[in-house]
Amino acid sequence: MDSNSDPDPHSDSDSDSDSDSGSSQKPTALPINIQGLTKKYGKMYALDSVDLNIKSGEFLTLLGPSGSGKTTLLMAIAGFNRPDAGSIRFGAEEMILKPPHQRGVGMVFQSYALFPHMTVAENIGFPLKLRGVDAAERAERVDTALATVQLSGLGDRDIDQLSGGQRQRVALARAFVFRPRILLMDEPLSALDKKLREQMQIELKHLHEQLGVTTVYVTHDQREALTMSDRIAVINKGKLTQVDTPHVIYNRPANAFVADFIGESTMLPLSQDGPGNLKFGDHLIVHDHSGEAGSQWSLVIRPERLFVIGDETIDPEKTIVFPGVIRDFVFQGDTAFALASIGEQHNLSFRFGTDSSSSQDTLHPGDSVSLGLHRSDVIIIPRGTEQ
Amino acid sequence: MSSTTIVRNDDELMNARALKADGVREQRMLLSLATPALLAVIAIIVIPVGWLFYLSFVGNDGQLTLENYQKMIEYKSYARTFVTTFQVSLLTTLLCILIGYPLAYFLAIMPARLAGFFMLAVLLPFWTSLLVRTYAWLVLLQKNGILNDFGMAAGLWDEPIKLVHNLTGTLIGMAHIMLPFLVLPLYSSMRKIERDMMHAAANLGASPIQAFWKVYFPLSISGMVAGSLIVFVLCLGFYVTPAVLGGGRVVMVATQITAILENQFNWGAASALGVVLLVATLVILFAVSKLFKLDNALFGKN
Repeated sequence: MDSNSDPDPHSDSDSDSDSDSGSSQKPTALPINIQGLTKKYGKMYALDSVDLNIKSGEFLTLLGPSGSGKTTLLMAIAGFNRPDAGSIRFGAEEMILKPPHQRGVGMVFQSYALFPHMTVAENIGFPLKLRGVDAAERAERVDTALATVQLSGLGDRDIDQLSGGQRQRVALARAFVFRPRILLMDEPLSALDKKLREQMQIELKHLHEQLGVTTVYVTHDQREALTMSDRIAVINKGKLTQVDTPHVIYNRPANAFVADFIGESTMLPLSQDGPGNLKFGDHLIVHDHSGEAGSQWSLVIRPERLFVIGDETIDPEKTIVFPGVIRDFVFQGDTAFALASIGEQHNLSFRFGTDSSSSQDTLHPGDSVSLGLHRSDVIIIPRGTEQ
Repeated sequence: MSSTTIVRNDDELMNARALKADGVREQRMLLSLATPALLAVIAIIVIPVGWLFYLSFVGNDGQLTLENYQKMIEYKSYARTFVTTFQVSLLTTLLCILIGYPLAYFLAIMPARLAGFFMLAVLLPFWTSLLVRTYAWLVLLQKNGILNDFGMAAGLWDEPIKLVHNLTGTLIGMAHIMLPFLVLPLYSSMRKIERDMMHAAANLGASPIQAFWKVYFPLSISGMVAGSLIVFVLCLGFYVTPAVLGGGRVVMVATQITAILENQFNWGAASALGVVLLVATLVILFAVSKLFKLDNALFGKN
């Protein structure tokens, strides 16, 4: 993917000059620019003034719980619902009033929406037929698309002869065969079993790299989002709460909602003690915090970032040590999960490997334990704000 | 994992015999539930139809003969009756499709709760007597009926239009009575078409009209054919409405059978007509079901 080669597709100015279709060099992807998009159902805001710039060729995932508005946003991009206000532009072109069949985006539906009265090849050839592609070229492009999704030779099959995974691939082939410059996917893997889903995640990622098409992907599965995306837009109650790379989303969540929704986390309330000093009980967590005075802050701890301290000496400059008592211990195969109480009110959950050298055999409920956290793994978020 | 050399006697396993007996008992119970219906079918359908079939081969003198069937070939009036019957049935079916398809579509795209309410309006006529509805049409359509009075009073036409005691009246009445039989199966098949289908068609570049003809309509055909067949077959044997609204000018098979029985008391000839109609109906059902692969819709196969 070379999103850098595009002439700054996500600038806020309206002066993007790549007014497309007639140009000799057909761009393979288009940026999407969404401004002030609002959609109400009754009194409920499904989308509340959403601004989002999706770069040309980017794989962006809309991630949120059910009812967060992620599907509403995708449907608005596809043109299947009518927003109350706002703007959606593909490149320089305003799309908000365009009917869906004139938007030229490919889409993979959660239900796949394959036409049962057509064969696999007819399904994939359908968008080409509508575009007046002649039979010979159509057959060739259908074959190429089938090969791309590894279904060569299955063109004559009926849809009901296919397995779930094969249907998924046909739906995918149908969505990109007409070379759309934007591809939308609405939880396309949710109907597949876990193994196939994880395999398809990798395949979809490779396919995206191959096609170079701007892709907007909707899921409620945070692991899927982390696996596949260039950037993740976390959405909650109709608002975007954080838009960033998977690394930043996971390691530097902007607020309690993101920290809680993506990955596992424990949140501990912090108190402010002098300028820049944030403490949890007696533990000095950071001494140079630059947030506004008077605000309240929480410490976010990822369970896998905690480690059990044995006999080794610890540098307090680099590591915070929480003494605690094991309350619960659960073996889960690849990892083990434990809960330790620290102080009167708070529990820390932590995770560790189950290899033979790990400390799992030595931990039992009631044992005292020292848990270490590297200062570089400290995550501070504003407290109490859900958005 | 059992090897072929070891002969297993599964009956000797723990509780095996008792479990088997329990299974057999359960099946017998289910069968006994179906018995009354089975007996009714034999008593009401199989025996009378068999008897009719036999009668159609018996002449006036009580001897076995083919004369009842020969007469049907000789006399042109019989052929005309069959032509009229199929013509009226076909026209009624087409009229039902013309009115029923948009209606079913309208119901199918509505929110389910609203659709339920409108469906009541479709079903309401079902709860009224067939005869009452037929005579109601007579009141509406006859020479000095409500429609003619209104039309002339409004200056739309000067002479009373002949709307009843002819083919027009018969078709109006029959289409009205048959409409629910078309709408119900069609509606249920349309409800099964996922909303995403039309979204997908539009997304792939189909205009609303293209999306309808290339995706929605093909997916609704099976429901439409099933409903049409029901209407068509019911029309073939319809008696009351053609008799009342046709006013003797629209002679269908059922009317003819009544006439033969009342005027000539000729059971053999009447039976032969019935048998020919039955066979023709079965042939049509079979042909259409093969043509449209309707096995599951009509014969309950999966």
